[in-house]
Amino acid sequence: MTEFAIETSGLVKTWGDTRAVAGIALAVPAGAVYGVLGPNGAGKTTAVKMLATLLRPDSGNARVFGRDLVREADAVRGLVSLTGQYASVDEDLTGAENLVLLGRLLGHRKAAARERGARLLDAFGLTEAANKQVKNYSGGMRRRLDIAASILNTPKLLFLDEPTTGLDPRSRNQVWDIVRAVVAHGTTVLLTTQYLDEADRLASRIAVIDHGKVIAEGTPGELKSSVGRGAIHVRLRDADQRGKAEWVLSEALSAPVQLDADPVALTARISGHETERGAAEQASRALVALAEAGITVDDFSLGQPSLDEVFLALTDKPATAQNEEVSA
Amino acid sequence: MSTATTTEAPSTYTFSPETLSAVLAPGANPPRPSALSASVTFGWRAMLKIKHVPEQLFDVTAFPIMMTLMFTYLFGGALAGSTTEYLQFLLPGIMVMSVVMITMYTGIAVNTDIQKGVFDRFRTLPIWRPSTMVGYLLGDAFRYTMASTVILLVGLVLGFRPDGGVLGVLAGIGVLVAFSFAFSWLWTMFGLLLRTEKSVMGVSMMVLFPMTFLSNVFVDPSTMPGWLQAFVDVNPISHLVAAVRALMNGGWDTGAMTWVTVSGVLFTVVFGALTMRLYNRR
Repeated sequence: MTEFAIETSGLVKTWGDTRAVAGIALAVPAGAVYGVLGPNGAGKTTAVKMLATLLRPDSGNARVFGRDLVREADAVRGLVSLTGQYASVDEDLTGAENLVLLGRLLGHRKAAARERGARLLDAFGLTEAANKQVKNYSGGMRRRLDIAASILNTPKLLFLDEPTTGLDPRSRNQVWDIVRAVVAHGTTVLLTTQYLDEADRLASRIAVIDHGKVIAEGTPGELKSSVGRGAIHVRLRDADQRGKAEWVLSEALSAPVQLDADPVALTARISGHETERGAAEQASRALVALAEAGITVDDFSLGQPSLDEVFLALTDKPATAQNEEVSA
Repeated sequence: MSTATTTEAPSTYTFSPETLSAVLAPGANPPRPSALSASVTFGWRAMLKIKHVPEQLFDVTAFPIMMTLMFTYLFGGALAGSTTEYLQFLLPGIMVMSVVMITMYTGIAVNTDIQKGVFDRFRTLPIWRPSTMVGYLLGDAFRYTMASTVILLVGLVLGFRPDGGVLGVLAGIGVLVAFSFAFSWLWTMFGLLLRTEKSVMGVSMMVLFPMTFLSNVFVDPSTMPGWLQAFVDVNPISHLVAAVRALMNGGWDTGAMTWVTVSGVLFTVVFGALTMRLYNRR
């Protein structure tokens, strides 16, 4: 039987008139990254705060490794660690002091806390900055220190609430590497993110949340196949031929064709329920049809449906502007 | 530029899973810290903050000196004939007033901290829940002691000669710091309850001004109108001043000490409980 790190049912949290979390049911298997994906204000942070014992649920049940979230809050606190959306470290203290402080609070003796802190700083490339105040750290360094603080005692369950929001691509990759290493050590990670790309790379299962509810759940592959088979992107030599190409493609694929911003580019969704080979076949047939119609195709690619498309299909609204910034 | 090194650092960092694995290697987690140990650790945090931001000691050094000088020379001649004469009466009172006024920074510190993520981390730790708050108060007790010492030194320079000697003065400061520790639970509560630093400041002033001025700090209350005397008599600050004054003069005021003890316990129990309720609810 699968061991579950988190099991919830009907979790609700209301702020005044707004139901930030409106009945979330989750079953998070132990030992992997579980992604919670949703736009800003979907209720991700509220849900994580409840699961980390920071907020009391208005109703519903939740268990963390079998411990009741409300009645056994103290036991739950012994199993989890949280790296919040904003750096959960003391900005006035140095990196080393932060880790010694938390090490002491976790029950280590002073020497042990210092030693463990130093090793973590080393592993996270922060040794040089160890004696600098955290307020002078860059965003990436701060985030790494934050994660280091969360794994001073290896937690059974680690909450990472939007761990890469606001980081540059290099720092984001570093955080991803760290997450993978922590999971390889047997820690379960619950990762909230608004970046589809991030959930796709790290998570073995994903719950999509919108308006405080889980609107889809499954492996990244399952979620993708739920919205279709991908798309064919075509680039023509001559922009004048695009109108004709649009017609040919929509005939060949019997699907809507989208004109891209680039005046020579088109994208057509490949629909249908055929096998993977079927999708490629459909695409090649479409290319043949274009050639037969005398349209010169300079380049084409067959794209898997992205989680962005999943997200759009499920939430029926554009992914947040930040997503575009990241992929740019 | 001092920031140059910090911004360059990430570029040289390459993550190695092996190094991290070595740190994560399974080892039994240590037993949880005791309530005392956790509180002392939070107290240590408060001391580190003082070390990194020493400017915050301004309010426990410059402010008390200013208060002592101002009121000694302002009222001394008129109220007691001479400033040295008045100082014998005023110093324990002005010490109480300054330290009690400084207690409001506890609420501000709590309030600014909860806006930051670190507070969430503390709240997810499996530790004795009040230790975070007790830590603030331990750090503040240091500040109160420092302010008292500064005032005492200024007083001694100006001619304060307490009959209670070293022991009496130390006992007086001890009572003052202990009461202020208990009294500060009022501010931890407001720090958690109110939304902004400014509102904490506002409420603090509303409470502290009447409590410290409408007391026996500056003059003997017997010349005040009856209704005011009634307030002064129930004001715990008056009793604190009476108790500290007696100790520094080499005496002992049982009535005042009883009042101080009872009100100190009440402040701790009532506002400590309300603080923890808010802390857990947030």
